[in-house]
Amino acid sequence: MGTPELWIVVGLSLKVAVVAMLVALPFSVAVAYVLARKRFRGWHLLNGLVHLPLVLPPVVTGYLLLVLFGRQGPLGGMLFDLFGITLAFRWTGAALAAGIMAFPLMVRAIRLGFEAVDQGLEQAAATLGASRLRVFFTVTLPLVIPGVLAAGVLGFAKALGEFGATITFVAAIPGETQTIPSAIYGLLQVPGQEGAVVTLVILSVVLAMGALILSEWLAYRMTRKVGR
Amino acid sequence: MLDVAIKGTLGETVFDMAFTASDGVTAIFGPSGAGKTTVANAIAGLWRPDMGRIALGDKVWFDSNAGIWVPPHKRKIGYVFQDARLFPHMSVAQNLRYGGSHDAARLIDLLDLAHLLTRRPSGLSGGEKQRVAIARALMRNPDLIIMDEPMAALDGPRKAEVLPYLEHLRDMSAVPIIYVSHAMAEVSRLAASLVLVKDGNVAGFGPINEVLSNPDNADLLAGRDLGAVIAARVDGHDHATNITTLAFSGGALHLAGISGSIGQELRLRIPAQDVILSLNMPWGMSALNVLTVDITSVSAAGKGTALIGLQAGTASLLAQITEHSAKTMHLAAGQQVYAIVKATAVAPT
Repeated sequence: MGTPELWIVVGLSLKVAVVAMLVALPFSVAVAYVLARKRFRGWHLLNGLVHLPLVLPPVVTGYLLLVLFGRQGPLGGMLFDLFGITLAFRWTGAALAAGIMAFPLMVRAIRLGFEAVDQGLEQAAATLGASRLRVFFTVTLPLVIPGVLAAGVLGFAKALGEFGATITFVAAIPGETQTIPSAIYGLLQVPGQEGAVVTLVILSVVLAMGALILSEWLAYRMTRKVGR
Repeated sequence: MLDVAIKGTLGETVFDMAFTASDGVTAIFGPSGAGKTTVANAIAGLWRPDMGRIALGDKVWFDSNAGIWVPPHKRKIGYVFQDARLFPHMSVAQNLRYGGSHDAARLIDLLDLAHLLTRRPSGLSGGEKQRVAIARALMRNPDLIIMDEPMAALDGPRKAEVLPYLEHLRDMSAVPIIYVSHAMAEVSRLAASLVLVKDGNVAGFGPINEVLSNPDNADLLAGRDLGAVIAARVDGHDHATNITTLAFSGGALHLAGISGSIGQELRLRIPAQDVILSLNMPWGMSALNVLTVDITSVSAAGKGTALIGLQAGTASLLAQITEHSAKTMHLAAGQQVYAIVKATAVAPT
């Protein structure tokens, strides 16, 4: 594998991981809030569903995605008919698989953030005339931002490294769905590609470390701003 | 006028309370865990009782029969919490403006906050935090003010720092103030009426002096909390001895170390334990204050003590003496005796 192809792999991986993380983030915030603050019938079911990708073999998750979101699948068929969107064997499908795999980790991180927010502050905001929506956006969410940032970085790193579900759902098509992990796996099957493998491995480490350092720095700044 | 009548269960405590708070300060007083904060939360809409009715004037906030429940953000209440609850991610100025900016300049001036506006709550002292919290609640222009132990988290000097602001607030406020506390020193300084709370029930309710000097409340008002709160006027001051003469309807009292100008009204507290009774005009004592009083009631208060209700002019006093003394002195209602009292000034009224 030559240098241009390597950069295509890296660029695609970044695109997939960033999109997966950004799309999963608002859903993670919503689900984390519900799990942290509400008690209802079906709470355990929701909690279990959210955590399922964490405990299932990734290949099984990928297979289920193929069944659900394939062109013939119930959701995949609907998406194609309504919006003309195809996920299977496309980079968008890779993002979906990565997002689903990252989702439980992100929900967990944000949920811890919600549980750490002093509900007395929310009560105080209510007595000052703030509606529930205003309380959420002006008090709860700003206080949970460090948790959301942590979740974002965690989700990005997880999405960047996702392999099993991705390769099952969208295979490893060069330029479309071949991400860093699947490229490394593929190159390992071919003799004489050790150089490319080392390059990708080093890039993986650099990207993961960079994300981690960025998140620490952001968390430090936010914590100072929040004053805790 | 705030009408409260609520029933409900929270944790282990069953609540059944009813009282009316008019303008001025109504203290909700009782031991820790009696359910004081829960009542305050019900009034604010932070806790929903099972049954009852809460109304401020003609505004009904809760009526279980009519199915009315107004959420807290629509009640227009200024709630000052024990722990200030300032938003940590906002500056003092942002905190203050969160609920409104009514009378902002004057409140910032009154509570001396101008130099704190750009600071973050984490950099403030306990007393400063509570002053910000008070101003923030008032800038909402509330129809009702609730203060839940606003000084419980402060140490002595910080209490002394915040209390004058609360007194000033009481004097200028035109809306009812609910003041939750278990500290008699604060309550007797600030409150006009008192709701005595025990185990989720109202054990006594009325003007502060009536409740505090009622022998029936003796077992609830442990030790020094039991006693009279009377209003007196500064009549004269002797600079040589530093003794101030105060007049009230039952006579004159002489107190040392009072700073008040002639004609000023002061609130005095006379704990029941600090009243000694004598059948004869006492003579040759260190105590300065002897009042001629009529006994209105004699009741046993347990543990060998007796409570003697006294009338001095129009003021009710209470004396706590031993049951043995009450018997040997043959004390009975209607009798005239001499009361030797040790009064402490608590606050200018």
